[in-house]
Amino acid sequence: MSTGNMNLTLKVWRQKNNIAKGSLVDYKLSNISPDMSFLEMFDVLNEGLVDKGEEPVVFDHDCREGICGACSMFINGQPHGPLQGVTTCQLHMRSFKDGDTIVVEPWRAKAFPVIKDLMVDRTAFDRVIAAGGFISVNTGNAQDANNLPIPKVKADSAFEAAACIGCGACVATCKNASAMLFVSAKISQLAQLPQGQPERYRRVQSMVSQMDAEGFGNCTNTGACEAECPKGISLENIARMNRDFYSAKFVSEEEV
Amino acid sequence: MASFGNAFSSSIGKKLIMGITGLFLVLFLIVHCFINALIFINDGGLTFNIGAHFMATNWLIRAGEIVLFVGLIAHIVQGARLTFQNQAARPVKYAVSNGNANSKWYSRSMGLLGTLLLIFLIVHLSNFWVVSRFTGIPTTDANGHEDLFAVMKETFKNIWIVVLYVLAMVSLAYHLLHGFSSAFQTLGWNHKKYTPLIKGVGVWYSIIIALLFALMPIAIYAGFIN
Repeated sequence: MSTGNMNLTLKVWRQKNNIAKGSLVDYKLSNISPDMSFLEMFDVLNEGLVDKGEEPVVFDHDCREGICGACSMFINGQPHGPLQGVTTCQLHMRSFKDGDTIVVEPWRAKAFPVIKDLMVDRTAFDRVIAAGGFISVNTGNAQDANNLPIPKVKADSAFEAAACIGCGACVATCKNASAMLFVSAKISQLAQLPQGQPERYRRVQSMVSQMDAEGFGNCTNTGACEAECPKGISLENIARMNRDFYSAKFVSEEEV
Repeated sequence: MASFGNAFSSSIGKKLIMGITGLFLVLFLIVHCFINALIFINDGGLTFNIGAHFMATNWLIRAGEIVLFVGLIAHIVQGARLTFQNQAARPVKYAVSNGNANSKWYSRSMGLLGTLLLIFLIVHLSNFWVVSRFTGIPTTDANGHEDLFAVMKETFKNIWIVVLYVLAMVSLAYHLLHGFSSAFQTLGWNHKKYTPLIKGVGVWYSIIIALLFALMPIAIYAGFIN
């Protein structure tokens, strides 16, 4: 491990609670190792704050290996920072230069209210899932592999959609704070598999209605979500969701 | 009784209206551009005036004009509503936002580009549409048709009108550059075989249409066409 040799200025969003007015606060950090992850750098910052008797910066994190979707942070104007295909926990300080000023803000969306500092309430996503992002069958014993014939391309495409970790970077980066990439991924992972068919057209209607009710914006196809998604979720999913939605509304006779 | 529910009022439904009206306006621009391009024949506007006369008198075209205005107004109203709703979806803005890292500026500025086009449209309609439909075209050409070309020549004597038209066509080019392929994506037409084609056609369409339109006032002002 190389020793710390980076000096940084952090501008971090501090906000006491949901109703308080927040602001960016400057912190100087010295002797930061380029091998640290971005969150480890925040741990160093927080240890320093605790030593001084100040409130540490609150931020979401869990697995710290890029698969849980807990970490957030809008870093220098991009969700999860400047790298493509990684979450904040997998971003390392070697992606920055000595002497850099780094601005760190929480996800900003009406549907993601700030709880404290950099932590936002993402339960809107949970409610969208609860509205229909599931299949209603008793799973029973595990079936033999290949019991249900699924073309390889379909299985791969469903799996790619299922890679979504629900971190909310798509909402954070979208100029409209739209959740369409997330919702379309959760619809697409089921819409392409046989198990997802019975509820396919109910699902898309319920989930889109819940998405709208949560106050997310409307998609304008800028493609920012796809570019920033740490899991590379494709815009093809949004087109698929749109197709399923039109089928549900104009072809299906079932109302939701 | 089954109904369409929130088919048009949901987020996807609102996009659907934008996409369909947008593609309809794309088709309209082809017709408009083709007929106007008849001035480049450079025969004193005789051929162009035949085209204009047909468009002004054919009942099918006149009926289509009503559909056009309905589509146009729907596109404008829905676009404005979407823009305001989308702004409201992020009440606290970012201090730093690096949009250029992940998207094109014009894809994020459709509301602004559309507003510029609306301002242009008001001037444009008062320049030509109001004249040909209501106040009347003062002169006729050698064929006895209303001389709309003469109105064009008169209008584009003013350099500021020419500048406004050219700037508006730059806005149009960028508006179409995003709007064309975006409409197909909204309609769900995302396909590995067709999407590259749609994107390519969209780029060429945007450039050719905007360039041809922009050349008209320039050519008349500069006296290339008489």
